[in-house]
Amino acid sequence: MHMSDGLLNAPTSIAFLAVAAVGVGFALVKARADLDDRTAPMAGLVATFIFAVQMINFPILPGASGHLLGGALAAILVGPYVGALCVTIVLVVQALLFADGGLTAIGANVTNMALIGTATGFLVAVALRKLAERGKGGLATVAFISAFVNTVVAATGFIVEYAIGGAGGVEIGKVALLMWGLHALIGIGEGLITAVTVTSVASIRPDLVYLLKGNRKPLEVRS
Amino acid sequence: MKKFFIGFAVVSLLIAGVLSYFASGDPDGLDKTVEDTGIAEHAREHPFAGSTFADYALGGDGKFTGLAGVLGVLVVLALSFSLFWFLRKRSDV
Repeated sequence: MHMSDGLLNAPTSIAFLAVAAVGVGFALVKARADLDDRTAPMAGLVATFIFAVQMINFPILPGASGHLLGGALAAILVGPYVGALCVTIVLVVQALLFADGGLTAIGANVTNMALIGTATGFLVAVALRKLAERGKGGLATVAFISAFVNTVVAATGFIVEYAIGGAGGVEIGKVALLMWGLHALIGIGEGLITAVTVTSVASIRPDLVYLLKGNRKPLEVRS
Repeated sequence: MKKFFIGFAVVSLLIAGVLSYFASGDPDGLDKTVEDTGIAEHAREHPFAGSTFADYALGGDGKFTGLAGVLGVLVVLALSFSLFWFLRKRSDV
């Protein structure tokens, strides 16, 4: 879902550069509270894993593919703020080192995949937390749903950006239909990858799953 | 604890270094959308399109996708680990 340069006009690109800067700045401030000697290495590995899995485009239709975005995956494992930073690092390395995703488009790309995707994935996962705490099947279901929604809503980010200042003046309904249709299919792949990853981590190291942190019962204090 | 982290890193290396050869070469959802609607005509070439590792290759040679993937994994790991380690709450103070 990496936009090239030129798909959005200059003012729109700059506006979303500002949106991304504010969002990433906010995440940088808030992330501190979620990072300690144990979760900081985990966060580095989550970013690394997302980079690796984003390389794997899977076929969805003849002539079209999709890849993981990783917002819900990161949010469930390391929280929304650290998660947004994980996806941002991946996008910056992709744009600078691998020429994947434009440079003026980096603001819109970060906004869609790192900010909107991660926030959406987290909100859905938190809304369904009770189900996630009910065991492996529940966690897998929550991971799948939040990842599916994260993909479709991140795709909606592009539709909105194109409506604001897209090049070529293509009818927005046409863009929306294609984006939503294709990303509903990609969302299934995103959901499956996220469910497998999150349940794998939870079965080995449940203490490293951010979403399940409230699950640990506090010590009872009798008075 | 160490074992889990090393295992996680090895899985990422294998995905980027080996599984990447089996990735679909078809356009992703956004690329397909902009191609089918003609928006793609307005896309500008990436300023670093001619750089060494552009498009996850080595000098444009897709045979080295795995190598580019491993390099990317190491770069993302180094950058993200450094950032998150720096940002963390210090427990030893």
